[in-house]
Amino acid sequence: MSNSDNSKVEVRIPTILRPYTGGAKLVSAQGSTLRDVIADLDVSHPGLAERLLDGGALRRFINLYANDEDVRFIGGLDLVVKDGDSITILPAVAGGC
Amino acid sequence: MARFDSLADSVGHTPLIGLPKLSPSPSVRLWAKMEDRNPTGSVKDRAALSMIEAAERDGSLKPGATILEPTSGNTGISLAMISKVRGYKLICVMPENTSAERRQLLEMWGAKIISSPAAGGSNEAVRVAKELIEKNPDWVFLYQYGNQANADAHYESTGPEILEDLPTVTHFIAGLGTTGTLMGAGRYLREHKPGISIIAAEPRYGELVYGLRNIDEGFVPELYDASVITRRFSVGAEDSVKRVRELLDVEGIFAGISTGAILHAAIAIGKECVAAGVDADIAFILCDAGWKYLSTGVYHDDIDTAQERLDGQLWA
Repeated sequence: MSNSDNSKVEVRIPTILRPYTGGAKLVSAQGSTLRDVIADLDVSHPGLAERLLDGGALRRFINLYANDEDVRFIGGLDLVVKDGDSITILPAVAGGC
Repeated sequence: MARFDSLADSVGHTPLIGLPKLSPSPSVRLWAKMEDRNPTGSVKDRAALSMIEAAERDGSLKPGATILEPTSGNTGISLAMISKVRGYKLICVMPENTSAERRQLLEMWGAKIISSPAAGGSNEAVRVAKELIEKNPDWVFLYQYGNQANADAHYESTGPEILEDLPTVTHFIAGLGTTGTLMGAGRYLREHKPGISIIAAEPRYGELVYGLRNIDEGFVPELYDASVITRRFSVGAEDSVKRVRELLDVEGIFAGISTGAILHAAIAIGKECVAAGVDADIAFILCDAGWKYLSTGVYHDDIDTAQERLDGQLWA
């Protein structure tokens, strides 16, 4: 993979998954797509990918946002990421109302 | 027609108000659907009335019955008003991290409140309510997250009202909670206005609210159908507070905090339209006014303090 395909992004980790990151709220990862980023996360933080994916797809109760936009509507795991993108992982919870 | 036989009959038919100064250009316009003009002051009057009337029609809700509902406030307040008028008892399961005014209003209209733990937010309220209903099968569980009459209210009223007032509408933006507003109005608008974008603005709370014990306790409302939605944004407390203040400063409109999140998404979409050189009429839901949130201090504290105060709160 050439360097230009390998964007560096920041990933926000929810409380429930911080046991995998040694308690870190914010970690770095790289890749050209979101799928690569998750694979890279799993190298640094083994076991994390399995919490996010099920059979290669995003788990039902996991929401992933790239720069505050839900990735399911903008290409999903095939979304091409850019240097400096902010990725946020959140569990799906009931909203207020 | 501005005369109604009773308060419940006056739900809906809210004004759509332009935001001439906040609109990003004369050809990319923002329009606020003023749901604070409903009888109890929020968009939830539509869903509450629709769910109660559907349950009355199918016979599950009988005179004198007790209704149980998990709510962070507005739905409960709407149900409480209608229950008082029609003679039902109401019990609300409410997360303890909600504003004081919401509790006061609920009690004022005669509802009983059962508190659920702050950690886990509405997830916990839903869980506690589901446990209670198992133990009390004679109570009526309207359950806004899975009740089709919630979405139907918006399919039958909110959506048609917007299209009637703004036939040129290109985008519809609302908050994502039960998903009823987006599912109902979104589906109506897609059917009657091909090409329209339906956009969700989801409040992003502080960490406490996402404090599940494990991922399998996650929750997606039964009403939610992702195919109705075009894009979905997550908006944090800081952006929501800034926008709700901007709405007050620039347009003189006093809205609740969740509307700030929706406006933030609306302005982002508006700027994209300007950059792309396309005309747009962007209608968004103004869920409620700011009265219920005065005690949070978000309208007058500095932004950092305001945001900190909201950190553990269910502010939308």
